[in-house]
This record gives sequence, C-alpha cells and structure tokens, in this order.
Amino acid sequence: MPFRLERQETVSGLALLAAPLLALIFTLIVGAVMFVALGQDPIRAFSVYFIEPLSDPWTLQELVVKAGPLLLIGIGLSFCYRANRWNIGAEGQYVAGAVLGSWLALATHGTEAGPWVLPAMLVLGALGGALWGLIPAVLRVKFGASEILTSLMLVYVAQLGLDYLVRGPWRDPQGFNFPQSVTFDPVATMPLLFEEGRLHAGVLVGLVAVALAAFVLGRTLVGFSIELGGSAPRAAAFAGFDERRVTYGVFALSGALAGLAGIIEVAGPIGNLQPSISPGYGFTAIIAAMLGRLHPVGVLIASLVLALTYIGGEAAQITLRMPFDVTRVFQGTLLISILAADVLVRYRIRRLKGAAHA
Amino acid sequence: MPDDITPPALLEAIGLTKRFGALVANDNVSLAIRAGETHALLGENGAGKSTLVKMMCGLLQPDSGELRFDGAPIVFPDPATSRARGIGVVFQHFALFDALTVVENVALGLPGNEPLGALAKRIEDCVGRYGLVVEPYRRVGELSVGERQRVEIVRCLLGDPRVLILDEPTSVLTPDESEALFRTVDVLTGEGRAVLFISHKLDEVRRLCHRATVLRGGRFIAEVDPKKETAASLARLMVGAEVPRTPRIVAHEIGAPRLLVKNLTVPGDGSRGSALHDINLEIRAGEIVGIAGVAGNGQTALFNALSGERLARDPESIVIDTVPAGALGPTARRALKAGFVPEERLGHAAAPDMRLSDNVLLTTHGDGAIVRHGVIRRSVLQSTFAEIVKRFDVRFGGRDPKARRLSGGNLQKFVIGREVLREPVLIIVDQPTWGVDAAAAAFIRTTLRAKAAEGCAVLVISQDLDELIEFTDRIAVMCEGHLTEPVPVAETSREAIGLAMGGAHSAPSHAEEHAHAV
Repeated sequence: MPFRLERQETVSGLALLAAPLLALIFTLIVGAVMFVALGQDPIRAFSVYFIEPLSDPWTLQELVVKAGPLLLIGIGLSFCYRANRWNIGAEGQYVAGAVLGSWLALATHGTEAGPWVLPAMLVLGALGGALWGLIPAVLRVKFGASEILTSLMLVYVAQLGLDYLVRGPWRDPQGFNFPQSVTFDPVATMPLLFEEGRLHAGVLVGLVAVALAAFVLGRTLVGFSIELGGSAPRAAAFAGFDERRVTYGVFALSGALAGLAGIIEVAGPIGNLQPSISPGYGFTAIIAAMLGRLHPVGVLIASLVLALTYIGGEAAQITLRMPFDVTRVFQGTLLISILAADVLVRYRIRRLKGAAHA
Repeated sequence: MPDDITPPALLEAIGLTKRFGALVANDNVSLAIRAGETHALLGENGAGKSTLVKMMCGLLQPDSGELRFDGAPIVFPDPATSRARGIGVVFQHFALFDALTVVENVALGLPGNEPLGALAKRIEDCVGRYGLVVEPYRRVGELSVGERQRVEIVRCLLGDPRVLILDEPTSVLTPDESEALFRTVDVLTGEGRAVLFISHKLDEVRRLCHRATVLRGGRFIAEVDPKKETAASLARLMVGAEVPRTPRIVAHEIGAPRLLVKNLTVPGDGSRGSALHDINLEIRAGEIVGIAGVAGNGQTALFNALSGERLARDPESIVIDTVPAGALGPTARRALKAGFVPEERLGHAAAPDMRLSDNVLLTTHGDGAIVRHGVIRRSVLQSTFAEIVKRFDVRFGGRDPKARRLSGGNLQKFVIGREVLREPVLIIVDQPTWGVDAAAAAFIRTTLRAKAAEGCAVLVISQDLDELIEFTDRIAVMCEGHLTEPVPVAETSREAIGLAMGGAHSAPSHAEEHAHAV
C-alpha cells in the first residue's frame, strides 16, 4: 500500500464541525452526477428535491412530521454511539414499540376507554422498544455477541412479526382483506397541533427529548459515564462505572426512544397498524446521529436535513418520475461522506515513499 | 585498544532537527557511534532520545541534517533499508507473537523462506556465541520479559548488524539478567560492532559504555567519557540542575493497619495459570511499603485487585481501614478514603481524549462535592481542577487541553494530585515515576513521603529498585504471582532483593510462617 493513515495529534473543533458540511457538499456533487446520468437537468432536479419543499407551508409541516421520528431515534442512538455501542437495529425497536403500543389501541377499540389510552400507549411503545433493544445488549454482555449483527437481524424478526399480526390476528375484519388493523379510536390517536395539516403533538415529545438529552449528556454523571465508557473503557472501569450497566442503559434508552417514535407514528400520521410503517426511519436516524455529531441539537438539525431528502424524494417521484431509490442513494452517500470526512479530519494521509515490501 | 586512538565513526548523525508541529523534538543533534564501542545515549524522558533513534533507523525522516554511514552520506527511507545496511534496533516494546515459537517469530522477521530447522540451528549458533540463553522451540507466550528481549536481540543479530541499538534494555530486567546482557554487549563490541545503549540508569552507563552523549530538551548537551564522570555529574548534565534527593525522615508514629491483604488469590486469564497466589500484606498508617519486581509478574493483577477493578472472591481478603472491601467496587473503596494511581496514565488513569478537567471526575465523582444528586457542578469541578494544577504544578498549553496533550511527568503530577487532594488514608500507586522526568519524579516522591508523614498508608509498586530503596520503609518482592514478606529497607540489600526478583525465593519459608501465623 503506497498510502498510510496517520493520526493527527491535534484536531480542531472547527474542523470537526466542518466535516458534516463538507460531506453534504460532496453528497450534492454526487447527486448532480447521478441526475445527469439519469437524464435529468440537475438544476431543476435539485430545485424539486431541496428548494420547492421549503417554499410550501404544507410541505414545511410535512418536513417536521418526517423529522420527528428521525429526531427521537437519532437522540437515542447518540447515547449508544457515544458509549461505543453500535445499535443498528433501531428500525426493529421502532416496530416493536409500535406493535406493543398498538395492542392497547386495538384492545380498547370500540370501548368507552377514556383519555388515558394514548399516554398508556406511549408508555407501552417505549417499553416494547426498550425490551427489543435489550436483547442485543444481553447477548453482548452474557455471550460477547456483536451487537451490530444481533441488533440488525432483530429488525427482520420484528418486521416479519408485524407482518404476521396485521395479516392474521389483528387484521380488520371489515377491511376488504387488506392487511391492516382497524383505524384507531380518537382517544388512541395523537392530537393535531393545528386544525390544518398533519403536525401532531409527537413533535413536542421530540423537542422535550432534545432538552432532556442535552442536559443528561452535558451535565450529569450518567452522561459522563457513557462518554467515558466509549472514550476509554479501562479508565471507566477504574473510575468505577460498570460497563454492563452502561450497555444495558444505552440500549434500553435508545430502544425506548425508537419504540416511542414507532407508536407516535402509528397513532399519528398513519392512524392504524400496517405491514409497512416506516420508510426506513430507524436506519436513516443512524445518519442523523452521525451527521449531528451525536449532540442532541445537532441531531435536531440533521433530522430536518434528512427529512428534506424524504420529502424531496416524494416530490421527485411525482414531478420527475424518478424512483424513490434516489432518496436512498442520497442518504447512503451522505453517510459514507460523513464517515470519510471524519477519518480525513482525524487522520492525515501520508504517501509512503520507497519500494513496497512485505 | 589504546586510549588515544579514536576509531572512525561507523554511524553518524550530523545536526539532525525534527519538528512535530510547534514542538522541536530534536534541535541540531549530532552523535557518532564508533566500531568496537558501546555508546550511551543519556537523557530524561522527553529529551528526544526516541526521536533521534527513530531517525537513525529510518522510522522518521529528519527535517534537516544528515546521516553518515561509514563516512558517506546516506538516507534511510524506511527501517527495511537501514536493516539491510546493518543497523539493528531492539525497541522497548517487543514485536513478538505469543502464540508462535521463538523460531517462528524470528522467521517472520526475515526475508526469504528459510527452513525452520536451519533457522533454529542458526539461532543456536548465535546463542552459543553471545551467551544468550534462548530455546528456539519454546512458545513466546511462556517466556519471561528478559527472555523475550533476548529473542529480539537474537533476531537482530541474525541479520549480522554492524550497529546494534538497544532502547532502554535494562528497564525490564532483573539485576542478574542485566549482568548477562552486559556480557553479551561486551562480546559484540569485541567483534568490532558498535552498540548504542539508551538508558537513564547512570551506574550502568558508567560501567558499560565508552562514550556517552547527553540530550536535554531535544538539544545536544555534551559528549563525555562516562567512566570519568560520577553519577551525580551525569545527572546534572541530564537534568540541568542538581537533582534533589527525597528526604527520608521518619519522625512520625506508625499507626493502625490501613490495608490488610489476607490470602488473596486471583485466577489468571487462562494462559498462564494463577495471576496472584496467596498474597499477604499489611500496611500501617504512616509507612510507605514498596513492591519490587520485574514487569509482568502479577503487579497489574495485584493493582486491579486492590483498586476493585477486579473483585476478590472473599470479601475479607482485602480490608481497608477495618472494613472488608474485597467485594466492593472502585467507587465504594474510594468512599473508604482509599486512592489509586494505576501504572498506565493514558487510557487507565486518564481518558486520553477527554479534557483534563473532566478527568478530575474519574476518581472524585463519589466524594460528594463535585457531583450532587447525579448532576455535575461545573464550578466546583473547575475550582478543584484549578487547585490540582496549582498545588501540583501541572504544566500544559492552553486552558484545558485533552489529557493526551500533556507530557508524562505533568500528567502523572495531575493524576497523583487528584488522589492526594481527596485526603486519602490509603494510597496505592503503581509505577509512580515511570517515564517521568527527574524533577517531577523527585516532586512525586516528596509528595508521597509527606502524605505518609500525615498518617496516610502508602503502597508503591515499582520496577525501579533504586527508587524503592530511596524512599520506602519496607520492601516486598513480587515474582510469578507470589509476594515475599516486606522487610525494612535498612535490613536488606540490593543483592537480596535482586535475587528474589529473579525467582530465587530467598525467604519463602519465612513468608509461609507469617501466612500461617495470620
């Protein structure tokens, strides 16, 4: 190999902040090349993708609605990633939370149940996500299994479980055989913030989560122990912080927030349980967490940026007849660019002179 | 060789300069190594010895200046080139695979595909010639540190080097093993090879070396004949000032036991049996007890068992200030007013990539002042941090840099200061002055002495026997997971301790009697 990466002794904070911006710019360049290759005028395509959604009040609301789940999940993932625990399975925890929360909505359907139903659904949603998230944590602590693999594989288990429920026991008998549950009762539905549009109370939950997470990470011993465990595990053990407890804690928390996002989405914009309740929020939130520098406020901004790729993707499907996969390509390019930019900021590429030898 | 004839330089560095950002690691440094001579490179940690050696073997490229080999200018773009020209380096940290045999390890470092049998034969020839005891077919994982070092030396010698560079070779050896190494070095120079011997142990340098180059702060200070210098005059050159001795006045009372270790046994990680065998130890208020021993004989396991990073099976096997602490974690042990300073500063005592002020929290979060109800009180943290920095003279650039950015001596002062400010009644330090400059080392020893005078019990684990003799009251020796009974420094000798370090259990029966008595 004629090149070698060398760790930089000093990394400026400015460079670390600039890295996501560089990644965004690089993603746009790749996007332009892709549009040209697809036979589109890149300027018009960018305008459809990224400008028009911002100029319409309805889509602005939609942007916030889409950013909501990304924000909740992304904040939970920030806790995991700061602790150097790689939860890739937020999508599964999202589904698990949606399923457990929906169970209550379906069980109380058509009864005289009062306004306690929705709060109880949210609690159950968080619980379902937390339990699903704890599975990889237990496997890691007890057996040393890689949480990256187990959390990812549990996504498919959760999705297929959901599929079974909405096609089988939970299918709406009056639904013309469509694989979906009954529409939730009003007491089991997220209230809207305004009469017009789709902006619902779940967004407020996300903002509360930002404030709480910023406080916990920045000001409390719990936040410090998570950071320390990820940064220097032996020093954390020396400081007396139990690595296992941190592992359980961050997985339970990120699972709970993903589950909460799931039940909010089902009880809000969707309104019932369906086979597909997420356009990949759990995976896109990984990008939101990384792009937001694992900081709650950063994740908030990153969630809005990523929500824009969803909205723009939908618009491009309609007006430009471009496949929705273009959005996935955008998101994927963005993640790779952030990770690469981080490496380039933290390391320096040195060209090795002289002959190659083993 | 007559004294008045100076042999020509074999490998010469002329005016080498190397900068790392704002830091000038080597500033116009010159050094000439001559055939048939042992040349010492002396300097404190951070004086620029490693940088110079790395430039001389092609691991680093100088910013300016040149190297000469046999009188002709030469450039080593990488270590392979310098090796091919006959420069062998044995670094402090060995590059050996534990799971492979000696001969397999040697084969990996050599070009070509020599049959292992033939290579083993060559190793044995080399062993006979230089008096290095190495068994080719043993697994490296089973070897002691001294034996591993011999494997590294043999690996170098098989390349028939003209210059052999030994980087702090005796820091991991018992006194006996060091003697054996010196004999090997004498044979090598007798064959006309040149040896560069890097050390900060002045007595060795005076005995072994023909010339010594002293570096300080990245600059060339002097080239002297070490045999004509005293240890004190060499130390002055290295440090640039008179090195203070630690006062050893025990005028205070020795009080109640602060640490009692009773029949502590810790199983090993599986590769080498038990890590600690039946350890017994008592430390009283006001005394400093030292544990001598060559690295890798269980010191780390002992530290982890005492700090609570590894819990003991029997809660009674460790008693801190009358409280059974064997089953308590680090935070609970700190609550008993115990303080711990591990050997490894970066990554164990401190988180390298966190700010220094945040590193204060590592051992103080349970003390009640900085963290209340789980919330970190930043202003209290900052004032504690400022006090550590001021009282222990911790120097660094910027207002609050990452721990990684501090020099070894300053970080060690910070880590020790962090514990001392907690007002502990028991303080356990692993390698207090390892890799620390002489002035900081003296400061650290004086600080620990002062704590003992205030009634604190101090346990010092160190591989530096001279340090232990200088400032502890009693010394025990750790060897292969066993600990001898501590004996008062005045009643023992360097030689007796050295023998015990090498595994000659000079007083095992005595220690066992003691164990039964307890």
